[in-house]
Amino acid sequence: MVSQSSSLKLVPSPQQARPGPPATSLFSQYAIDAAFDEMFDAEWRARAHYRALIDELLVASPEELRQRQLEADRAFLTQGITFTVYGDDQGTERIFPFDLLPRILTGREWDTLERGLAQRLTAINLFLKDIYNEGRILAERVVPPELVYSCRHFRREMRGVKVHKDIYVSIAGTDLVRLDDGRFVVLEDNLRVPSGVSYMLANREVTKRVFPGLFNRYNVRPIAHYGQSLLATLRALAPANRGEPTMVVLTPGVGNSAYFEHAFLAREMGLPLVEGRDLLVHDNIVYMRTTSGLRRVDVIYRRVDDDFLDPLAFRADSYLGVAGLLNAYRAGQVSMANAIGTGIADDKAVYAYLPAIIRFYLSEEPILANVQTYLLDNPSDRAYVLEHLDSLVVKAVGESGGYGMLIGPHSTRQQRDEFRDQILASPRNYIAQPTLAFSRAACFMDSGIEPRHIDLRPYVLFGDRVTMVPGGLTRVALRKGSLVVNSSQGGGSKDTWVLVD
Amino acid sequence: MLLSRVADALYWISRYLERAEHTARLVDVAIDQGLGRASSFTGSAVERLYQSVGLDSTSQDVTAMAGGALFDLANRNSVISCVTAARENARQVREEIASEMWEQLNALYLRLKQMREEGAWGARIHHVSRAVIDGVRLFKGITNGTMSHGEGWQYLQVGHYLERSNATASLLTLFVPGGTSATTMTEPRDQVEWVTLLEACSALEAYCRYYTADVRAGRVTEFLLLNSEFPRSVRFSAVQLEAALRTLAGYSTRTAGRAERLAGRLRASLEYAQVDEILNDDPQTYLTNISRQCTQIHAAVQQSYVSYPIESALPA
Repeated sequence: MVSQSSSLKLVPSPQQARPGPPATSLFSQYAIDAAFDEMFDAEWRARAHYRALIDELLVASPEELRQRQLEADRAFLTQGITFTVYGDDQGTERIFPFDLLPRILTGREWDTLERGLAQRLTAINLFLKDIYNEGRILAERVVPPELVYSCRHFRREMRGVKVHKDIYVSIAGTDLVRLDDGRFVVLEDNLRVPSGVSYMLANREVTKRVFPGLFNRYNVRPIAHYGQSLLATLRALAPANRGEPTMVVLTPGVGNSAYFEHAFLAREMGLPLVEGRDLLVHDNIVYMRTTSGLRRVDVIYRRVDDDFLDPLAFRADSYLGVAGLLNAYRAGQVSMANAIGTGIADDKAVYAYLPAIIRFYLSEEPILANVQTYLLDNPSDRAYVLEHLDSLVVKAVGESGGYGMLIGPHSTRQQRDEFRDQILASPRNYIAQPTLAFSRAACFMDSGIEPRHIDLRPYVLFGDRVTMVPGGLTRVALRKGSLVVNSSQGGGSKDTWVLVD
Repeated sequence: MLLSRVADALYWISRYLERAEHTARLVDVAIDQGLGRASSFTGSAVERLYQSVGLDSTSQDVTAMAGGALFDLANRNSVISCVTAARENARQVREEIASEMWEQLNALYLRLKQMREEGAWGARIHHVSRAVIDGVRLFKGITNGTMSHGEGWQYLQVGHYLERSNATASLLTLFVPGGTSATTMTEPRDQVEWVTLLEACSALEAYCRYYTADVRAGRVTEFLLLNSEFPRSVRFSAVQLEAALRTLAGYSTRTAGRAERLAGRLRASLEYAQVDEILNDDPQTYLTNISRQCTQIHAAVQQSYVSYPIESALPA
């Protein structure tokens, strides 16, 4: 349990005679329920670190806020901070909906998260090294070997491969939610090609522009150095004695929904943005084709999934990758962030073992807890879950982006029956978790200011050491009552402020 | 050092935009010439204009022709196809170009797309073609003012001037003697047709300042082919093309003299040519030869910098 009592000094609100939201029309639709409210406590007292924001909102008119929202949306559109909508041959580019009001975390809250995330990523890297080499944790059956070997993302090709500095995951995006008691718990780890960091940076730029006075009144920890941190992390991965390494960002191309982010990060770091067709492998050396001939590549920050990385090793029908890349990697002639085969560690069934994994390698108690998870190839768990499908969340283990998910309380009988059949057909492919009432933050909606459910995805870098910029991407389930924050499912995002306490 | 793919995309951005601007101007001029005439304009300058961009102009009315040249998505050389292709190339090299460049090109694309969807542009063809010409010019101005004039910018210049050399030469082919053999067209007889040609190259005012308003076939040919100062003449374009290719050779460590040498030969042949000799000899062959040399230069640029064989580039 994370203690927060001292950081959340609850200040009585002078405007309030009776408990209730601030008495302005903007807050007239604001309601609090069992979920943790980031702005108010259960007695409607504003949390101390939100006071200045509330004061700003009390004097702002809805028209003024709407004006700022328009200004923000226009900034995203003209800068082309958009994602491509799949299945639309018009090539429609949409902005990721942006909520005007920042989500604020105290420095103390963040420091705990930072320690917990560093601990978690350290253990994950030790775990990956172990299962692709001696397999100690499997031999001792702390993690069942069949669980690892049956995972679609386990890559036999990586067995015994020497990964430079044993860093498998250099860039992680871990999804956290805050429960009703104020604790943050880890909902899932994203250890393959986590995305969204460009929105974190863009949200800050836009928020600074539309709330300049407010931003100055708060003492917010900066995040603008993310590009430099990422570059330093990649540099740390360069094979030894390669002098000044050549580093590139590998994108699947302009058709990818995150293409904007790939171009953005390449520009932030000053690295070339390459596609698979720009690279070639000769004698296990990776080259890029330039106007000055072939140039050797030492480090690849790849935003292409394992499956599409090398048609000789993985999917033969992929045009996105580079033939021979796996062999060059195994020969130690090129480094990649992240390594191949890291998806095994963000498998949602392996996730259930993360606390045990942390204890096993670090002999420490996990600083950040997991959400209680039922493994459906366990008969007693499965029986319980099938009994309670209407109150649980069921997730396919290998999916992300909010796909392959059943939210029990919001599901229809037909959906539950479909999931029941799928679970019985392949229990290893599903897990279940309680439906969490995760925290809600104030958002500026059409009807005024209303709370919506949010999560938090900090970006954790592991090069010579673990680094992270304070905060991360706060995603918002903009549909009223919705618990799904993914951009593909009606989600948006907001700026995340971590304060200097 | 530039990724070959990026160099290629930059080259095509400016080729496509030059082509879009050229076609839009032809449409603009053709509509002025064609309006008010009978349904057929066989044998007229208008037909020549359309033929120069590969459109079959027989048995169609003026508005339909113009609409096709501007908005036909099935035609790869239509204005909308060219702007779309330029934008698609720019989208793939967004981290290499200034964001204002992207924003302008994107705005032009969106505007054109909207105009196409709105339809009923029959009465507004002049308006549409001006929007394209202005949009492309604005893009060029932003490019020159915001992008470093380094290696990438030079590729934009190569695409720009190669396309222009070729377009002006192709247009001339249909006006000089012998250019009409296979069609029902007769050779241009009256001054009006030569004026139309000058207008299609934005050259009428510059010509008049140079030769007075006395428009003669030989002089027009000389002006569009051999003038050293007029920016749409083939010679002017060849000089710029050679300069850009020479600068590019300096950036690259590849020993790739072919494109530069071919451009130098084209430039020199135009510098020392005499228009009466060309016209008295075989102007068709002369102009076709220029187009052929443009194709060779394009292939040499690709060979040297973009799709070179790997064996030629591996470290020893």
